Formats: sequence, C-alpha cells, structure tokens
Amino acid sequence: MLALREVSKSFGAVRALREVSLDLAPGEAHALAGENGAGKSTLVKILSGVHRPDGGTLLLDGAPVEFHGPADAQAAGVAVIYQEPTLFPDLSVAENIFMGRHPRRSFGRVDRRAMRTRALDLFARLGVPLDPARPARGLSIADQQLVEIAKALSRDARVLVMDEPTAALSGPEVARLFGVARSLRDQGCAVLFVSHRLDEMFALCRRVTTLRDGAVVATDLLADLTPDDLVRRMVGRDLAALFPKQPAAPGEVALKVERLTREGVFTDVSFEVRAGEIAALAGLVGAGRSEVARAVFGVDRRDAGSVHVGGRRLRGGSPTEAMAAGVALVPEDRRQQGLVMDLSIERNIGLTNLRWGLLSRAAERARAADWAIRLQVKYAGLTDAVTVLSGGNQQKVVLAKWLARRPRVLIVDEPTRGIDVGTKAEVHRLLSELAAEGLAVLMISSELPEVLGMADRVLVMHEGRLVADLPRAEASEERVVAAATGRPA
Amino acid sequence: MTAATAATAATSGGLAERVARVRELGIVVALVVLFGVTGAVNPAFLSPSGLRDILLNSAVIATLAVGQTLVVVTRNVDLSVSSVVGISAFGGALVLADHPGVPIPLVVAGCVLLGAACGVVNGLLVGVARVPALVATLGTLYAVRGVDHAWAGGRQVNAADLPPGFLRLGSADVLGVPLPVLVALTVLLAAGWALRNLPQGRELYAIGSSPEAAVLAGIPVRRRVVSAFTACGALAGLAGVMWAARFGTVDATVATGKELDVIAAVVVGGVAIFGGSGTVYGAALGALLLSGITSALAVLRVDALAQTAVNGALILAAIMLDRLLALRVARALRRRRLRDAR
Repeated sequence: MLALREVSKSFGAVRALREVSLDLAPGEAHALAGENGAGKSTLVKILSGVHRPDGGTLLLDGAPVEFHGPADAQAAGVAVIYQEPTLFPDLSVAENIFMGRHPRRSFGRVDRRAMRTRALDLFARLGVPLDPARPARGLSIADQQLVEIAKALSRDARVLVMDEPTAALSGPEVARLFGVARSLRDQGCAVLFVSHRLDEMFALCRRVTTLRDGAVVATDLLADLTPDDLVRRMVGRDLAALFPKQPAAPGEVALKVERLTREGVFTDVSFEVRAGEIAALAGLVGAGRSEVARAVFGVDRRDAGSVHVGGRRLRGGSPTEAMAAGVALVPEDRRQQGLVMDLSIERNIGLTNLRWGLLSRAAERARAADWAIRLQVKYAGLTDAVTVLSGGNQQKVVLAKWLARRPRVLIVDEPTRGIDVGTKAEVHRLLSELAAEGLAVLMISSELPEVLGMADRVLVMHEGRLVADLPRAEASEERVVAAATGRPA
Repeated sequence: MTAATAATAATSGGLAERVARVRELGIVVALVVLFGVTGAVNPAFLSPSGLRDILLNSAVIATLAVGQTLVVVTRNVDLSVSSVVGISAFGGALVLADHPGVPIPLVVAGCVLLGAACGVVNGLLVGVARVPALVATLGTLYAVRGVDHAWAGGRQVNAADLPPGFLRLGSADVLGVPLPVLVALTVLLAAGWALRNLPQGRELYAIGSSPEAAVLAGIPVRRRVVSAFTACGALAGLAGVMWAARFGTVDATVATGKELDVIAAVVVGGVAIFGGSGTVYGAALGALLLSGITSALAVLRVDALAQTAVNGALILAAIMLDRLLALRVARALRRRRLRDAR
C-alpha cells in the first residue's frame, strides 16, 4: 500500500537514513525496531510529510507520491501517533481531534454538535470516559495519547503509524490501544508500529524491519525470530542481562515520607528509602505516583504530612530547599520539565549548579564532559543544542544534569521511557552503580520487568493511595499487578 | 457512551468557554462599577452625550483591538498598528483635501487597502521570513511612520480642507448611534463570529496554542499568520479613516504611541499574550474600559498624569486575575481527572 524505495535523508553531516526500503501491506502490522538514533523517528517523519527525503521515492499503491507537508500525507490517508503527543492545550478535546478538518455546516461554519457527538463516539469505541468539552491542558500523557488515537481513528486512516505510543501507557491502556490497532488492521489498514518493547512487537506485528545507523539490517517474519535475535539485530552485539541490579546493603534512611497528602490527588502516603537502596514506585498511570514525587521535591505544595531528607525536615513547597537537602528529581516529561531544549548540552548539565546565580564556564564544561563520558551520551559537541539529540541521549543529559550535583536522594520518573534497549541497560547499570555508591533511588516505572528487576523494594500505588510495600523477595508480577489494580492479593 | 454520561458531560463541559465567559464578565463588572461610581459623583458622566463621547472615543481603539486580537491569538503581536493608522489617516485626508472630487467610498477603500498592504508586509516578515513578530513589527512601526513623515513633509490637513461629507462620517448618527461606533460594532461582531465559527478562525487559536502541533495537523500556518496580520493591517487602515473623519485635523504624528493602548486593551480583555485563548469581545470590552477610565478620571478631576498609572495598575490586575483563574481551572481539571479515573 505505502512503500519506501531506497529513501535517504541527511541532516547536515549526519546521515539519518541510508537507502531504506520498507513495504507496508494492507491488513498487516509491521514493526520498526532499532536503537535510539537508528533513524526510526526520521523515517516516521518522512511518512508523515514533515521531512522530505533527499533521495529515493515513496510509493502509494504502486505510484510515486511526494508529500509536501503533513496535510498531503493526511490526505493520502496516513495518520501518525507521535511519541510526544502534539495537542493544543488551550482548545477543547473535541476540537483537538478535528483541528484542520472540522465538520462543517452552512456558511462554512464549524459544526460543534457534530464534533461533539463524533468525539463521544470515538471515545466510546476506545472505551474511555473523556469529556470532549474539557480543554486538553492538564490531561495526563496517557489521556493525551488517547486523544491522539481518537484523532487517528477519526481520519479513517489507511496507514496508521504509531511512534512509541505505549511509552507512557500502563498495562490496561496498552491492551486497549492494541485492541484498536488490531481492529484497524483487520479492516484493511496498514499499521507501522515503532516501539522499544519487544514483547509488544511480538504481540501485535507480523513482520519487523530493523534499522541500525540509518540503514535496514533486515526485514523478518517475527514468527521466525526470538527476542534475543531481535536485540542482536538492533545492537549488533549480545546484551548481558537487562536489569543488572546488584544487591547492596541498605544504609541509613535517606528519605522518609510520612502521611503525605495532596487534596484530590493522593492521600496518606508513607514510605522510606534507605541509602544504597532502589525503591520502585509502581502503579497504573494516573495513580498519583508522579504527583507524590513532585510533592516530595516541593514542586507542588502538600496539604498534610511531612518529608525528611537525611533526618532533616523539609518545609515543602520549595524545590530549592529540596535540592539543598540533596534531593534530585528527573521528571517524566523531559521535554517540558527536565531540559531547556534550545540550550547546549553543557549548559543544561550546568543548570542545576548555579552558584549565586552565576555559571562558571570552565567548570561547567569540565563537569559536562565528565558526565557525558560517564553516561556515554552521543553528541557532536557539548555546545550542541539538546534538541538535536535523540530521546535516549536527552534522558542521559537530564540524568547528568542532576548527578553533577552529587545528590543524596535521586527520584527518577520513568527513567527509560522511550529509550532503546541498549541505552536502557546503560541507565539501569548506572542506577545500580549509583545505589551501590550510597545513593537512595526512588524510581517510578510503569514497566513491570524493570520494577521487578531493579527494585530492592516495590511500593505500589492505587488511586492516590499507597497500597503495598513489598521487599524484593516478595515482589512478584502477580502481587504487584493485583495491588496496582486494587484487587486484594 | 450512555445518554446519562453524555448529559453529565454536557453540563460539566465547556470549561474553557465558561472561563472565557467569567473572564469577560469580570470586565463587565469593572465597567458597571466604573460607570456607577463616576455617575454617582458626577451625573453628567451618564448623560446621553457623556456616554456618546465615551463610545466615540473607544470606537477607534476597539477596532484596532479586534485586529490585534486576531494576531495575538496566533502567538504574535503587531506593534505597527499606530503607524498604519497614522499613514492611513494622513493619506486619506491628503487625497480628499487635494482632490475633493474623489468619491469618499473610494478613499475609504484605498485606506483599508493601504493598511492591508502594510499588514501583508508584517505577515510575510513574521510568517514566511520567520522574524519574531516583536522585532518585525517594531521595524515596520518606525518604517511606516518614516514614510508618513516623508510624505507629509511637515504638512497638516485641517478640518476646513476636508469635504463636509467626509467629516460627517465621524459624527453622524444612524438610529441614534454614532456611525464610528456602528462600524466598530460591525467589525467586532464579524470578527467574533468568524473566530468562533469558521475553521480558519479556529485554526488561528490552534496556531497560537501550539505552533508545532498546528504544522503536524496540516494547518497552513504561514498562510493563516499572513491573513491575520493582513486583517489587522486592514482594520488599522479603517481605523485611520475613522480617526481622520472624527478629528479632521491630521498630520504625520497621528496615533503615535497608540499601539500600547491597543495591546493594553487586548490584555485587559483577557486575550492571552502567548496566544491560543481570548476573544475579540473581551478585547473590545477592554478598549471600552480603558477609554471609560480615561473619561472618568477627567470627570473626577484626577490629574491626567495619574491616568497612565491607573492604566498600568489595571493591566497588572488583569494579568493577576488571569493567573488566578488559570490556577483555579488547573485545580478543577485535576479534580475532574481523578473523578474520571474512578
């Protein structure tokens, strides 16, 4: 249906894609695998008309086509769900779905009623109780993703491209998304699925194309591959265990949270994290995990309860205070909260190290280089803007930014969201090392294997309450899932 | 989706619109207080002729505020409107003074076209050449004013030089309402209708709300931005005619500095300066409030210099009100999300 023939694309000196060929067939789900920076996002952007290839051709139903912009791609029936949702925060959810192709009535007016009913229909099909009239601002990432999916559905897409749509979703939400993708596929839609989660590729797709360094390594039937084969194709080498957490003797209590409450968000949350320990905060998206982290760090105010760091009580409501006490927070949404996208890598790393509001350029550069090497960030120069880095490397920069402060408590929110397998293993190795050096780590994660593999202790939240506190030995997949979904174990 | 949930969604829905309404209600309340207090101190303020003056005074700024809103919702700003008003007012008056035989509608159309042409230049600079709007329109603010001065060469057109038919446009009543007020009202209703009902209008909000998402949604962003600046310029051209017809005495300095009054009206009227939200009705109410205050302070015999300070305080109050509302909305949305989750 839609095919790429020897498509190439360069950005300056970087060759993002090299003679890539890919066939998407109607009624088939096709997986696109590859490490960060392998060219997956560039390929997606070519399909969506954002980028135009330097060489090669796009074929639609066998005939060459050129997309001059996203509008052309949409007219050709290509719908894309991006990794980072692209919504209009000020506009209503319904309007977000239909922007660019509003239903009309007489005099070319926007038909609000039709927009509303059609949005409600779409949400009913997706099985989500979203109010089409509410503004998109303030939606969780999972809900934003659902709006994106509704948008794609409303387009009656012939080709559905999903660029890591599940990165921010929890189990049931992923299942729902896959249900929608399967039904579209069965209706004759071609699906391209980009993900870092191998099990999801195997669950959804028939064929997989693997990219490495901008070129196609192979296209195989997934039935003929094992996950190990696929990983080997992606990284070109064998990976050691994905979750190499070494057991460390826990030290003193570094972070103590007692009866923390933020009205309407979470209630009565108490836990401790010891030095040298990795505690995972598990639960469904929207259970209030990130919100707890934000309140501990002082970004949001707390209504009741207390937070002690290293025995000292935090007054709360002040990230500066938390930082001074040795707490670092690596947020979930790195684009919005963790990085200044247009500043250079070294500036971003140096940003948390303001001394009397001043940056020392030389010290900044030395420290940036130090951490960039330790975290193996791939970059052309430390003065490059962070925007040009791939997702995984951006995440490393966020980590470097905080680690450069030598914190005592590190809170990481979805540290490996949207990161490829290779980088993921590096992040895990790093967290494990840091814990061994005596850092207390509180890790929020929606990926169960990561939680079970990394955590010394698993804290589970459900609807704003902490419902389980399991030591590593007792934490099993069944128990965590049961607690997260509110069922008694 | 069952009928029951749809019904609850309908009653609780439209939060964004309700906030906008609350926001505009705030200005209406401020207007009522202003007129009430001033009227109580000096009843002449509320006499038909007093009110007529206030409406006439706000007509030009309100027209400009409507145009400015079109630009501001796209996350841009047009500082050059005052210069466009100036060149349009002077150009129109000069043509009529030197060639009294030229039909007045032709002159009006010419002024609007002149303004639109200036708007196109702004739009191309911002939308296509990607110059930040603040810088681009600051440039055209000076450039257009410079052309105006060169054209005028120190000359001034007086009311006596202008055809009486033209001056009547600035003061004639239609059904008891001054013509400039009717013009401003028509512009307001047309723009308000278009922004709310036409897809192109909705797309302006989308562009201001998230420029990147607008591109991905396939919206012709450049074309829309150029159109918004063009409409703003055309309305500035129209405002120039209104100015010339009302005051009669026109030179190259007409409307100098008015761009800030216009932006103040827009901000006070609840249009987000970073785009994406706000209505032309709010902006027009803002214009009415600001000129109402100017008149009220004169009636209350407050020092003219203090008026500037009052305007400033009002802008700050408007911004604080917006922040407050934004926080409340955020909290309401948070609660709703939790409720939806259950």
